[in-house]
Amino acid sequence: MKPIAKLYTALIFLFLFAPIAILLVFSFNEGNSLSVFSGFSLYWYKELFHDTNTLGALKNTLVLALCASILSTIMGTAAAVGINKLRSKFMKAAMNTVTNIPMVNPDIITGISLMLMFVFAGRLIGLGTSLNFWTMLIAHITFCLPYVILQVLPKLRQMDKSLPEAAMDLGCTPFRAFLKVELPEIFPGILTGLIMAFTLSLDDFVISYFTAGNGFETLPIRIYSMTKKTVTPKMYALATLIFFAILALLLLSNLADVDDEEKQARRERRRKKRSGA
Amino acid sequence: MKNKLTREERSIAWADHAALGPYSLWAVLFILVPLVFVAYYAFTDNNFQFTLENIQRFFTATSQVMQDDGSTQEVRTYLVIFWRSLKLAVISTLICLVMAYPLAYIMARAEEKVQKTFMTIIMIPMWMNFLIRTYAWMTILQDTGILNNFLSLLHLPGIHIIGTEAAVVIGMVYDYFPYMVLPLYSIMAKMDTKLIEAARDLGCSSAGVLRRVIWPLSLPGVINGITMVLIPSISTFYISQKLGDGKFFLIGDAIEGQYVANNLHFAAAMAFILMVVLLVCMGLMRVLTNRHVEGGV
Repeated sequence: MKPIAKLYTALIFLFLFAPIAILLVFSFNEGNSLSVFSGFSLYWYKELFHDTNTLGALKNTLVLALCASILSTIMGTAAAVGINKLRSKFMKAAMNTVTNIPMVNPDIITGISLMLMFVFAGRLIGLGTSLNFWTMLIAHITFCLPYVILQVLPKLRQMDKSLPEAAMDLGCTPFRAFLKVELPEIFPGILTGLIMAFTLSLDDFVISYFTAGNGFETLPIRIYSMTKKTVTPKMYALATLIFFAILALLLLSNLADVDDEEKQARRERRRKKRSGA
Repeated sequence: MKNKLTREERSIAWADHAALGPYSLWAVLFILVPLVFVAYYAFTDNNFQFTLENIQRFFTATSQVMQDDGSTQEVRTYLVIFWRSLKLAVISTLICLVMAYPLAYIMARAEEKVQKTFMTIIMIPMWMNFLIRTYAWMTILQDTGILNNFLSLLHLPGIHIIGTEAAVVIGMVYDYFPYMVLPLYSIMAKMDTKLIEAARDLGCSSAGVLRRVIWPLSLPGVINGITMVLIPSISTFYISQKLGDGKFFLIGDAIEGQYVANNLHFAAAMAFILMVVLLVCMGLMRVLTNRHVEGGV
């Protein structure tokens, strides 16, 4: 790399990481200012662990993210298998377009549109408040699904199609062939999809904001109401902890991916050797 | 042909449909139907009777705005807000493009290991909660914030940014910058370097190579990046509240405000208009690039 390229990259990274660094540093601030650092202390972390509201919101967020990611992974994987086997070009294009909608649409429109439907349905069956945990879960599954599908589909396309056929020729039922042959092949994609769905659900604010009722508060919604008042470094402490938790998860999924790539490289090498011999 | 399928094959075909079934149902119920509800609410009043009032209100509602000299002026409230959202989003998108283009090029030409590391580094800030990232910028840009403290430490005059449109643009650029790098990088990494070498060998200047080879080849990535940044920045509703000091309402803020005030029909009308404008923009962009690509090759 040329020096000027290095300098440019360094400047961009500085821009990207300055706010994050400031956030991390000020979470250890002794005083309650977010712009004047008066000394190192773990005070705000201690405060955080005594804040029952925030801990409650953390529990809610985790429950929601876990449910949403598992359900969207199961449905998304099945959907990817189905889409991959569609023969009609029109159906394939239609499925792809619909799957893209939640990713292309602004979050605010996805949130508003689901909210309107829930409110309308709630009125129809005569409920006073129609937004609750379940509406949020539906919303989260909806915006996680496309990401899962997009992780699993390429793995299915890469897979050797004759593998499940061979299994069925050898007497496996289609379902057994899927479990024994296809599933292990596409598993890295499923895992990455699951982790992505989990982190997206954990981090989502806009869609949750519109589909959450009064009773169910997640962390991003709590952070939103915290930033409406004066913010203390406690919020930074919270952000720091979530940030590192998500990073750890992503690192894990990266490892799974690298593992998969290595496996594929090894298989490729074996194939070449065989065809050479 | 269909009759000739064996029982086994038929059961496989059935299994495939069964796999797709729940998702198809889900997609119709929770992706398509809600969009229909946006239109339904947009064109009805509180008693669900058809009306154009909500749409009309968007185009005709007026309010008084204080000028710098103290006099007031009547303006179209929501058209002004919408125009401002569009303007700030376009400015932010262009800044992102100008900043990300060289970076993506540098990355695509680096060693493979370096490329992967850089990509990870660029994605990391995305995993800090969006609200808190934006809030951190507020503490940096405030009049008594970190930037001004730093400037006074160097005995430089302070600057007033918070509460200006510039602050909102900084926030948007920061929050959505990775969305621009990603598509640019992935298209440049695939670019055939031999084309660049060939152009150089044939006597093309560096600027010529950029204009006649690299830029046209990277165009699909540019278009992708523009859509990925433009869409979230035009519809954002938190950045302007915090960094604009509440002075620069954007269309997202207007929608959120109506939602909080429980004016769901008007909120839906604005969401509907935003959706239509975005669809038209994306359609136009697609037509433009198609023509460009056809003309170029």
